[in-house]
Amino acid sequence: MNLVIIQYNAGNIQSVLYALERLGVQATVTDNLETIQAADKVIFPGVGEASTAMHYLQDRGLDKVIKNLQQPVFGICLGMQLMCAYSEENDTACLGIFEEQVKLFKPTDATIKVPQIGWNTIGNLKSNLFKGVKEESYTYFVHGYYAALGQHTIGTTNYVQPYSCALHKDNFYGVQFHPEKSAKEGEQIIQNFLNIS
Amino acid sequence: MLTKRIIPCLDIKDGRTVKGINFEQIRDAGDPIELGAFYAEQGADELVFLDITATVEKRKTLSELVNKIAHKINIPFTVGGGIKTEEDVSVLLQNGADKISVNTAAFLDPTIINRFAKNFGSQCVVLAIDAKCEADNNWYVYLNGGREKTEKLVTEWAKEAVDLGVGEILLTSMNHDGTKQGFALDITAQLGESLPVPIIASGGGGNEQHFYDVFTQGKADAALAASIFHYKEVAIPDLKQFLSKKGIPIRL
Repeated sequence: MNLVIIQYNAGNIQSVLYALERLGVQATVTDNLETIQAADKVIFPGVGEASTAMHYLQDRGLDKVIKNLQQPVFGICLGMQLMCAYSEENDTACLGIFEEQVKLFKPTDATIKVPQIGWNTIGNLKSNLFKGVKEESYTYFVHGYYAALGQHTIGTTNYVQPYSCALHKDNFYGVQFHPEKSAKEGEQIIQNFLNIS
Repeated sequence: MLTKRIIPCLDIKDGRTVKGINFEQIRDAGDPIELGAFYAEQGADELVFLDITATVEKRKTLSELVNKIAHKINIPFTVGGGIKTEEDVSVLLQNGADKISVNTAAFLDPTIINRFAKNFGSQCVVLAIDAKCEADNNWYVYLNGGREKTEKLVTEWAKEAVDLGVGEILLTSMNHDGTKQGFALDITAQLGESLPVPIIASGGGGNEQHFYDVFTQGKADAALAASIFHYKEVAIPDLKQFLSKKGIPIRL
């Protein structure tokens, strides 16, 4: 399988690569448009800030390429948020693959920290992406903005309020948590994406 | 529900863990990669690797070690010790560290916090504070591994650092560290209640009840310990069961 990880100005790409290696899978890390288009599957990872990342993608024509991919695409954390329509983070228009909006957590009391950092549960799991993953499994999150619930929600997490921890539309999948850092459950989810045909 | 985190800390010197001894389950407890993988398997929520290597030359091996750890371990980990420049941070993150921690260097030049947060994101910048309660009942910041006192109050420094962009605070009480008499609940709670970032409590954890206390009275988001895990005085699966049964949100 020709697996490509999209390289852009966002962190954690190495972690995704290493997680794939632990599963015995090699991937190519690239921002080359033709290589991405020719891949069997594409992973769009990222930790960072939405507007900076969108500018980077637009400057290189990656925005149009990603939107029009026909093969399975897996967005992780910021990657998933960038696949949404809009992010409140610096008022950023995003790729618009998912209609869901990305909003800032607004804590209801001082004990709730933003960003959310740590392990939280995922529930209402509705996708092959979660095959073999139990309801209310724990995964690792680091984020200050969240995708609201919507028609493409395939997993729900609670922090301040329920939100989309995973989205799916056609060939596009996204998760807010970091499967590459979520122990065995995370590895199962990555494997499930690799198994999607 | 977001869970409280249990974090074993591994001190690294010249590429080896300093305190790790005597685990039957693993071949070489001095090997940080094996020990880290063991803790991950046991249910640790994150790991901290603190490099206490004295010389800069030997620190160069740290990035190679971090790379090996990142290949092996499937939970997040933080690397600290002697980090001063963007280049230091960049090398560690590129080799697979999820977060870095800064201490003395950030105190001497707080602008590095701002620069690290801007370049790499607040989520990967952890501020470690060595704190000591003095006779005047105030908590002061100490530097250089606790050898050098400053006149700065811990609460002031923590607030300034959060404003500059740190994403988490790792608070070690020098009064409690090594005592196994429990964590510093008052200063931990004071920071936890006044700051918008997670607080990792460190120093003094000696039994399961101490962890319960620091998550309830201490308002901590995470608790870190070293020797009690290394010497098997507290086993992580037992600790997590204990906390979960007492109603603390814990990943089992």
